[in-house]
Amino acid sequence: MTALLEGRGICKRFGGLLAVSDVSFTLNEGEILGLIGPNGAGKTTLFNVVNGVYRSDGGTFAFAGQDITGWPPNKLVHLGMARTHQIVKPLNEMTALDNVTVGACFGRDYLRLRAAHGVAMQVLEQVHMADRANILAKHLTIAGKKRLEIARALAAKPKLLLLDEVLAGLNPTEVAKMLELIRAIRDQGVSIIMIEHLMHAVMNVSDRIMVLNFGLKIAEGKPEEVVRDPAVIEAYLGSADIADKLREVQ
Amino acid sequence: MIVRRPVLYLTLITAALFIYLPLRTNNVLLREDLILVSVSVILASNLNLMIGYTGYVNFGHIVFYGLGGYVGLYLATVWHWPLIVAALGAGVVVSLFALLLGLGILRLRGAYFALATIGILQAVQSFVANFDPWGRSTGMYLSFEVYEPLGGAMRALWITYYLVIGVMALSLILSLGIKISKFGLGLFAIREDEDAAVVLGVNTTVYKAIIYSVSAFLPAVAGTFMYYKNGMIDPSIAFEFIASLEGIVMLMLGGKGTVVGAALGGGLYEKLRSYLLTSPRLSNFHLVIAGGLLLLVILFAPGGLIGWLYSLVPRARKVIE
Ligand SMILES: Nc1ncnc2c1ncn2[C@@H]1O[C@H](COP(=O)(O)OP(=O)(O)OP(=O)(O)O)[C@@H](O)[C@H]1O
Ligand SMILES: [Mg+2]
Repeated sequence: MTALLEGRGICKRFGGLLAVSDVSFTLNEGEILGLIGPNGAGKTTLFNVVNGVYRSDGGTFAFAGQDITGWPPNKLVHLGMARTHQIVKPLNEMTALDNVTVGACFGRDYLRLRAAHGVAMQVLEQVHMADRANILAKHLTIAGKKRLEIARALAAKPKLLLLDEVLAGLNPTEVAKMLELIRAIRDQGVSIIMIEHLMHAVMNVSDRIMVLNFGLKIAEGKPEEVVRDPAVIEAYLGSADIADKLREVQ
Repeated sequence: MIVRRPVLYLTLITAALFIYLPLRTNNVLLREDLILVSVSVILASNLNLMIGYTGYVNFGHIVFYGLGGYVGLYLATVWHWPLIVAALGAGVVVSLFALLLGLGILRLRGAYFALATIGILQAVQSFVANFDPWGRSTGMYLSFEVYEPLGGAMRALWITYYLVIGVMALSLILSLGIKISKFGLGLFAIREDEDAAVVLGVNTTVYKAIIYSVSAFLPAVAGTFMYYKNGMIDPSIAFEFIASLEGIVMLMLGGKGTVVGAALGGGLYEKLRSYLLTSPRLSNFHLVIAGGLLLLVILFAPGGLIGWLYSLVPRARKVIE
């Protein structure tokens, strides 16, 4: 297996708060890595540092064999890294199609407008939003906006997709559909890191899981190993009971 | 494809009418009326590139027009460049100035950017008012010989008129061309959510600097023609803050973000202003009325006339861009 993304000793500080503290990890090609941990553990911050929204206060990143430490988000997109936002950021006064076209235009292939339109239409079909192509993004439901986040990221033709809580706020049917979509994306050869609080869902789709707590990595491994880990149970799951139930669900 | 856009033909027809109507009857008054309308359309539609397309409110847009006038007049009278070359030269110089400035101040967002643009207007005005080659606060006055190459002052008035109409048409075509391009899509993404735009791959720093610079070019060219026609320029006229504000009123009135809205707002506001200024009872109140108008538009029709049209006839969005 070859590593697609490697982080070494990543730190991020906000004033006196160490939001991410000396975290190292590797993501292999074609893998889905689940990222879990309590609220405020530093999961989103780690994403922000990976894709260059924030500058790290220490540590290095390599992506597809290239040192990308300190690169801005727009350059990383061209290299094949795309992401979604936990708090959705739709381009409100633009149609869903135009939102996704932006992703395709400025993505890995840096397409021209006409070609980008074609890709955007395809991606909207893939995420089952083709019928909403001409609706202004602000008029979409929350589930629609989350799908739009994914569609924009996919239109960039990424090698790595960072998903930040795309399941939060969806009803069970929507969750099932979204999980199906995430697997389909992986099957196209896209590697994924997904932040998620819905434990059975992460356990279900992840090849491996990494756990953060107060900025520190406290565990990493196969889903069934991680839920049995005493440190994880104490910090996040709460009781061994829950861990047992989760294993059953799986 | 721009050739399939109705707005392109609307622009060309309007420009043709502007050229034909005063010429047919040799109507000098109409010509003077229309040249002011054209200048307003030029200023409003280039300002629209910043405010309407990119979401950055520039309170100092008039600085490009004034500086263009200064640079152009200097090139035409002191360096004896032909008028059109001098105007293009002014456009290039002012655009480069804007590019450098933009790379600095476009790091600021929202109100901070807006404040910085006011600061620039004031700074440029003070600089020019103390700049010897440009006549300090007295400004520059042209002598009648300047118009000889164009065949005398009378003909120069007509020629500058046609040139300004040309710049107006170019401004609208530029706005339309950007609106339907990939560049325009990137700008709209910045306007809607700059952080999202970066994450989607838009090089926002470069895009913002380029559009700021582009929005300076045609106003600077027009500034050269207009001040050349007027035969004089001074810092208090060239860098008038009120003129910048009026540009924003025009844009809000017509509908920011749309090509036709900027043009319509520019034209209508100019007509309203000249009516008020020439009416004996209202002439002191034109700014009060402008302010009131701006308030009404923002409160009741934030999309301006064109936004209002879109809400009545949603399909108009596809035609009246
Ligand atoms: N821009 C910021 N400025 C200051 N502090 C921040 C900033 N962003 C995050 N933090 C702090 O860093 C810590 C980690 O936040 P982060 O958003 O990464 O958590 P998270 O693991 O994503 O949590 P959640 O599950 O609630 O989304 C929190 O204490 C948060 O308050
Ligand atoms: Mg988070």
